[in-house]
Amino acid sequence: MSPTLQAVLYVTTVALILALAHVPLGEWMYRIFTDERDWRMERLVYRLVGVDPRSEQRSSVYAVSVLAFGVVSVAFLWLLILVQGWLPWGMGRGQNWHTALNTAISFTTNTNWQSYAGEAGAGHTVQMVGLTVQNFVSAATGLAVAAALMRGIARQGADRLGNFWVDLTRACVRLLLPIAAIAAVLLLVGGVIQNLDAPQTITTLAGQQQAVQGGPVASQEAIKLVGTNGGGFFNANSAHPFENPNGWTNLLQIVLILLIPFALPWTYGRMVGDRRQGAVVTAVMAGLFAVSVTLTTWAERAAAVGVAGSLEGKEMRFGIVPSAIFGAATTSTSTGAVNSMHESYSPLGGGLLMVNMQLGEVSPGGVGTGLYGMLVMVIITVFIAGLMVGRTPELLGKAIGRREITYAALASVTMPALALLFTGASLLIPAARDALLNSGSHGLSEMLYAYTSAANNNGSAFAGLSADQPWLNLSLGFCMFVARFGIIAFTLALAGSLARQKRRPVTEGTMPTHTPLFATLLTGIVLVLAALTFFPALALGPLAEALS
Amino acid sequence: MTAMTRQLWAATRALLVLTVLLGVAYPLGMTALALAMPDRATGSLVMIDGRPAGSVLLGQATVEPQWFRARPSVSDYSGETSGGSNWGPSAAELSADLAARAADLRAVNPLAPAGPIPADALTTSASGLDPHISPAYAAWQAPRVAAARGMTVEQVQRLIDANMTSGELGFLGADRVNVTTLNAALATLGR
Repeated sequence: MSPTLQAVLYVTTVALILALAHVPLGEWMYRIFTDERDWRMERLVYRLVGVDPRSEQRSSVYAVSVLAFGVVSVAFLWLLILVQGWLPWGMGRGQNWHTALNTAISFTTNTNWQSYAGEAGAGHTVQMVGLTVQNFVSAATGLAVAAALMRGIARQGADRLGNFWVDLTRACVRLLLPIAAIAAVLLLVGGVIQNLDAPQTITTLAGQQQAVQGGPVASQEAIKLVGTNGGGFFNANSAHPFENPNGWTNLLQIVLILLIPFALPWTYGRMVGDRRQGAVVTAVMAGLFAVSVTLTTWAERAAAVGVAGSLEGKEMRFGIVPSAIFGAATTSTSTGAVNSMHESYSPLGGGLLMVNMQLGEVSPGGVGTGLYGMLVMVIITVFIAGLMVGRTPELLGKAIGRREITYAALASVTMPALALLFTGASLLIPAARDALLNSGSHGLSEMLYAYTSAANNNGSAFAGLSADQPWLNLSLGFCMFVARFGIIAFTLALAGSLARQKRRPVTEGTMPTHTPLFATLLTGIVLVLAALTFFPALALGPLAEALS
Repeated sequence: MTAMTRQLWAATRALLVLTVLLGVAYPLGMTALALAMPDRATGSLVMIDGRPAGSVLLGQATVEPQWFRARPSVSDYSGETSGGSNWGPSAAELSADLAARAADLRAVNPLAPAGPIPADALTTSASGLDPHISPAYAAWQAPRVAAARGMTVEQVQRLIDANMTSGELGFLGADRVNVTTLNAALATLGR
């Protein structure tokens, strides 16, 4: 089978599954975030937490709840990792204080950058009670913020955006937990391990010793992907045969990664009462993603001419095409799981994976984060288009004024500012430069990839970087925290500002936001913003390497 | 109590409640369910004489000529850790590694056909535990293994075919030979 046909069949299969799933799933999420009734289990949670599920929050209070939950999560996880030696299933594994802090921030912010290797840094208690939990709740937090922004656009003359504790709980109980449980069973059937054993040492056929790892992997693997988290149970992540044993599980993983991000635009269309608005967002996300998959697959195939055949850092059960598609999926959503080593990709292939993140994780982006990131882009597009044609910038009857565009601009500038400033600073710091494995333009790519990944809460890496040292752990942790909660704060402020407005009547002067023309403009704005900010850095890294 | 303190207190309680549900009940429930599939849940072990001799999913290090070799591995298949080389495509170190491995393979495979060595024989995998090689690399090693075991190449090739998996649906995965089960078949030959 020719690689081109293989890629076409693969992408078509994924697209068909997503097309079938996105309506019922989008509809289900719409109900989750609009339902007036609570499930019995949820009422129990609210009683234990001490919140009234019917009381809604202003945008500032909502933001404080998100931040408080984040801060408490970081503190709890940091502590848990530091004391794991005294807990059951510690198995002698541990991390020093700055690695543990990096890990705590990383999993709380849905980044799942890993400065530690799972086999050495996290026992089963930390994996379950710490990391699995953050895989759920960080994804649920993203969904909650997306729900708040959708309500802000949908409501008028309102000062409330919903209740964070309700959105968080419902996202976990009604959405993530059921999907994760089903996915975990499918992964188990596919051969992913699930036990509580310590590694057992066996004598191999040739008489050598080998450690066979144990652990509750399937349960964590499922939410790692559904929640677009991406933190591997093992160091090799989804390349490890115990996490991703064959072609079927690999397809399942790609589908799980893309499932919720591609269903959320439907939810958006329903929330604002105009499905065409959601369709535009889906079309732009799918268009960008299709181009990325095509180019990445092409780049990896084109590089397969040398003695290495584009197989360095790839697994034989997948081969080139399924590896490249996984790579595009994991970087286009803020997942960061890897089934092949991105650092060993061809210069253009690896560069494209970086570009996927630099678009701001909107194609389709992470769970919740992708939608709110794209809606910020919608607002910027409305504003710029309005200026170009001299019409009042409006989104669904809400004026995009000084306040709104300020919040949107701050939300969109946070990521590139962090990524570029810290890449530049780290290249000047000898201790950080010494952490690079590769040299020359690829070394620059290695550093740029790290901070791009952290500032986008992606978590994948050009993993040659020896990131387990104080400067990199702390600065990457800073980027992850500020990018995550900074953008959330700006997004919620934007939501609050939109919610307060009355909807203006549609006139001839209103620019429609549901047309192919608007989709084209939106795509252009996403691409131009990324190109303007990142082209110089990309020219020195992957482009220079590709041309040399 | 200030607003922030109240929020932090609510956050603490929410985290604890959700931890019990998602970090204890869920993974332990899945582990209980996994008891229904003990073989897969514990790593699909290869049993020989009642003892585990490896996992179907994990490659193993071999150096002797009578065993098929899996791909080069950064961790030499220790299982203690996992990962790839992370050399960039234009790294001089990668070129040097590839050349050294090619020279080594040529030296220990004097009977192998001339022409280029299959790429998977020279490159490290992403996990360092890849149990699979391409059918081409398996066939390339067959003369060496056959000679070391006093078998014909055809006999060895039949075992290779028996341990070959086609790519799922033809496009979800690659055609591949499982070196661990192939070597296990060699180990138990004639029993």
